[in-house]
Amino acid sequence: MDWLGPEEWKAVALSLKVSFWATFFSLPLGIMTAYALARWTFPGKQILNGLVHLPLILPPVVTGYLLLLTFGTRGPVGGALAEYGIVFAFRWTGAALAAAIMAFPLMVRAIRLSIEAVDPKLEQAASTMGAPPLWVFVTITLPMTLPGIVAGSILAFAKAMGEFGATITFVSNIPGQTRTIPSAIYAFLQVPGGEASAMKLVIVSVIVAMGALLLSEVIGRRVAARVGGR
Amino acid sequence: MLEVAIKHAFGGFSLDAGFTAPSGVTALFGRSGSGKTTIINAVAGLLTPDEGRIASRGTVMLDTHHRINLKPHRRRIGYIFQEGRLFPHLSVRQNLGYGAWFAPTPAGRQDASRVVEMLAIGDLLDRRPGALSGGEKQRVAIGRALLSAPELVLADEPLAALDEERKAEILPYFERLRDEISVPILYVSHSASEVARLATTVVALEAGRVVAKGTAAEILGDPAILPAGAREAGAVLTAHVKTHHPDGLTELEAGGIALFLPTVHAAPGSRLRIRIAAHDVMLSRERPEGLSALNILPGTVHSVRPGDGPGALVALDTPAGRVLARITRRSAQTLALSSGATAHAIIKTVSVAASDVGAAAAT
Repeated sequence: MDWLGPEEWKAVALSLKVSFWATFFSLPLGIMTAYALARWTFPGKQILNGLVHLPLILPPVVTGYLLLLTFGTRGPVGGALAEYGIVFAFRWTGAALAAAIMAFPLMVRAIRLSIEAVDPKLEQAASTMGAPPLWVFVTITLPMTLPGIVAGSILAFAKAMGEFGATITFVSNIPGQTRTIPSAIYAFLQVPGGEASAMKLVIVSVIVAMGALLLSEVIGRRVAARVGGR
Repeated sequence: MLEVAIKHAFGGFSLDAGFTAPSGVTALFGRSGSGKTTIINAVAGLLTPDEGRIASRGTVMLDTHHRINLKPHRRRIGYIFQEGRLFPHLSVRQNLGYGAWFAPTPAGRQDASRVVEMLAIGDLLDRRPGALSGGEKQRVAIGRALLSAPELVLADEPLAALDEERKAEILPYFERLRDEISVPILYVSHSASEVARLATTVVALEAGRVVAKGTAAEILGDPAILPAGAREAGAVLTAHVKTHHPDGLTELEAGGIALFLPTVHAAPGSRLRIRIAAHDVMLSRERPEGLSALNILPGTVHSVRPGDGPGALVALDTPAGRVLARITRRSAQTLALSSGATAHAIIKTVSVAASDVGAAAAT
């Protein structure tokens, strides 16, 4: 990767790191939320559904600003967390948080659809054989939902790689700290002679996006064949 | 012994049913919508009735007055569903093993191999459900239910989704089940011939009420109870296989009378249950001569019950057991058939379908 300069390479590495942790930490929460939305009825379900989807509809700048208000060092949550040494504002962790929240609706949607496709009658059958609910979830629901979980994760990862508006609003554009690929492209385009670097990052973005799509296709097909019982 | 007494109302339908099920097969018998599946799901814990009590071998699974309602996974049941419900992502072996995880006294290896052998599924163990035929799936489903070491087996129309050939393939396994396991089996069905072959006790349901309870012969001989009325009425006889003749006939003996049926694949000496549909039986006052039918049973008329239409159902007590004949009211009058009259029941050998002959419980 000699053709990437140190600046560009830093942005690529940071983007991969941010997207990986964003996906990694939101996955368990995404599965739980998707399960609750797919299988439970509870008061406030529509509100939860709306909250999850909100980042999809709100201008990303608004989401970023709300994150800054909440998770900033003086924000209600950010301030409390800062006492335990957990800081989001203007750190790469904040970029990951912003990416996770922006990607969350896509992840939940994919997983929810695949949970809804699991026949509850199979879960009932498992329970009649003595399996407690958590075990039914782990041995029946989760494996059968795997194609959706894989698809949702890859989709979320790709979305995180491309997140710009909320990230730049929440954690700014600090080289090596919060300058992900989109922020870097934006920054390069602001300075004379930066087009070449921007173009390299554009190519990296396209390769990563295509790679993610192909990967999800391949994995998805394999998992679906396994789960499909053939 | 399973005791059930439940009340449940939903969508204009009300269920109010109570019965006890001893060991052996207790058939919940009735047309669709009579409440059979609601009852079995309440026993399984998949549905909570408005009111009632369900207890099995001293374990109270449901008692609404005492706020007891065990979750399905605590009820120690083995449920065989109509559609099999095998786990598609697991192999047959893993499906069979699924319930064994939770059995308090894990079904031993020899139990597993015995069940696998009984159901003849040894060759399927490494396959996935997607690669099984309908009959194979259902056999695996039976095995899976048994290997969770249940104290009660539930079966909800387990043959209804299969064609006639597959039904004929599976029914003998249920007969072996009835004769080999000691736990009660609650078997939901709307098919008179299935009930005739399997049931030790029949609970007849109609519109959410128990309308009759008795042996298969008692219930299946009563057109007032049968879902399809007199069309379905028939007698259930028990007979021994005597010998197989080279011309394709099997000779049986029931109460000293020889019965000839098309080849029955059972060893001489084995006990069989035979359902003889009432519309396949003719009556004659004199012993007929020069008739092609091979089975002629002398007897005394027990009752003549006129139907709504032109038909009447005659119950004839013969040495082989009570035989039912569906004839016209006109014939009944012409022949002067009434209680106490002597008559002969004529049964064509070829009219007894193979699906109406099955193994009887050893006594």
